Amino acid sequence: MFTLARLELYRLFLSPLAWVILASSQLILAYLFLTHIDYFVQIQAKISAIPGAPGVTELIAIPLLNNAATIMLLIAPLITMRLIAEERRNDSLPLLISAPLTVQQIVLGKFIGTFFFFIILLTLIILMPLSLLVGSDIDIYLLAGGFLGLSLLAASFTAIGLFFSSLTKQPTIAAITTFACLFLLWIIDWAGSENMVEQTSLFSWLSLVHHFEPMLQGDIATSDISYYLIIISTFILLTIRHLDSERIN
Amino acid sequence: MTQPLLSAQGLSHSYGSQLAVDNVSFEIARGEVLGFLGPNGAGKSTTMKMLSGNLAPAQGEIIINGYDLIDNPKQAKAHIGYLPEQPPLYKELSVQEFLNFCAQINQIPRSKIKAAVANAIDRCGLTAVNRRLIGNLSKGYQQRVGIAQAIIHSPAVVILDEPTSGLDPIQIREIRHLIREIANEHSVILSTHILPEVQTLCDRVQIINQGQLRFNDTLESLSLQMHSASILIELLAPPAINVIQQLHGVTSVSSLSKTQFRLHYQPDNNPTDILLNMAVSQQWQLQQLTPEQHSLEDIFMKIIQHEQQPDGQAA
Repeated sequence: MFTLARLELYRLFLSPLAWVILASSQLILAYLFLTHIDYFVQIQAKISAIPGAPGVTELIAIPLLNNAATIMLLIAPLITMRLIAEERRNDSLPLLISAPLTVQQIVLGKFIGTFFFFIILLTLIILMPLSLLVGSDIDIYLLAGGFLGLSLLAASFTAIGLFFSSLTKQPTIAAITTFACLFLLWIIDWAGSENMVEQTSLFSWLSLVHHFEPMLQGDIATSDISYYLIIISTFILLTIRHLDSERIN
Repeated sequence: MTQPLLSAQGLSHSYGSQLAVDNVSFEIARGEVLGFLGPNGAGKSTTMKMLSGNLAPAQGEIIINGYDLIDNPKQAKAHIGYLPEQPPLYKELSVQEFLNFCAQINQIPRSKIKAAVANAIDRCGLTAVNRRLIGNLSKGYQQRVGIAQAIIHSPAVVILDEPTSGLDPIQIREIRHLIREIANEHSVILSTHILPEVQTLCDRVQIINQGQLRFNDTLESLSLQMHSASILIELLAPPAINVIQQLHGVTSVSSLSKTQFRLHYQPDNNPTDILLNMAVSQQWQLQQLTPEQHSLEDIFMKIIQHEQQPDGQAA
């Protein structure tokens, strides 16, 4: 399983795709990071007098992590699309299936390998706010909460992408369907969120953002964590089921 | 006979309404090379996929080295090496990296991986290219990497699905040579639609057509079938044709030219002896006497066409 995860990660870095994604997302976020700092410097003088005003972490690090989540939403389909669809297109899936591995091991191996890529990406991103430690105090716990939230979000993206990649032979189709699904789960709580509070509770419960935002504010609830764990395990199980049933038909 | 290494009983599989493999049963013993012969679309690849666990049979069971492939897939799969029609390769890896990975997923102990990879590279003649990327290799070398991948964990049975398709004649010869070498240590199941390949490589032949097993026997008994009941003779001073016709055992004579004749006889009544005696005593000046042989191709066509006759009107 970990062999597979390692190979998955290794192959990812053999292709330019991983490097390009890391570089460009880093570039965009660095720019946003600088604008946040700029903004903070502008208003610093005004808010310093107010007691209990938001500090550096709230005004720079948290918006940055929020932006990072949006960027991950855009790149996750590109990373996950190749997982199984490309193996299928290159006819290399039989290699894994006829090896003494269970389908669970194959799917989990791919999941872990890809998830690890996101961890690398997030570590690079989190280094930016951490660099502020040089000149100011930041709330490490708040940042850690945001990091946890982002990791869970990344794991959910990976699981969903893995599932859609297992459905098709065309990586592009996998990417499009993954993106559609992720985006839908992202915006699902927008649906009339102002007036129909009662009916939308299910929708907002389904929403990926709804469970992510509290974590950014340092509010880590078991219910939010379990929501992500449910999403992750559901899609991993669906993938395993699908690959298993494919052998029968 | 000792317990067969691999036994398949009553395998069936259909794609939608089309029955691809219908109740196929066979066995393979240790050290045997089994040729799986059939025209395109006969169900060869489907059978191979089932044997390697890539496709679950709708019916039937597969036992590999005592393990049921459906109940104990992990243990059973450890004893097979499989090369599908399209070699399953990661083209962005180098030969060495790829084989290293294959060794790992086939659960070779960490301490033995290096030796196993070196051995596979050596046996498949990949030493010269082992640092190159697989995607940059020729088709022949890619096929070798595919074979190396199938034998790296020293499986009991190696399943090769059309290993020589798409190669040039020199590469075909090399791959065949390689397969013969592999057969010294492993049992091999080989599917092909190329007849000479079976003749040069296999101990036993199975002919499959339209999903059913038509023939399953050793190569020797197949060559026995190849003897046909006819002789070709050339006589410089031939007698009248009905003189030959009346020889004991001869059923019919056809003259091919003034001096050449083809004699058909009853299979148990070979007239060669009588013919020779007559030719000497009557001074027919015998120049040539050749017992005619069917080629494997004829036999193959006969077996396949014979079976097709009942539903011939559909075709």
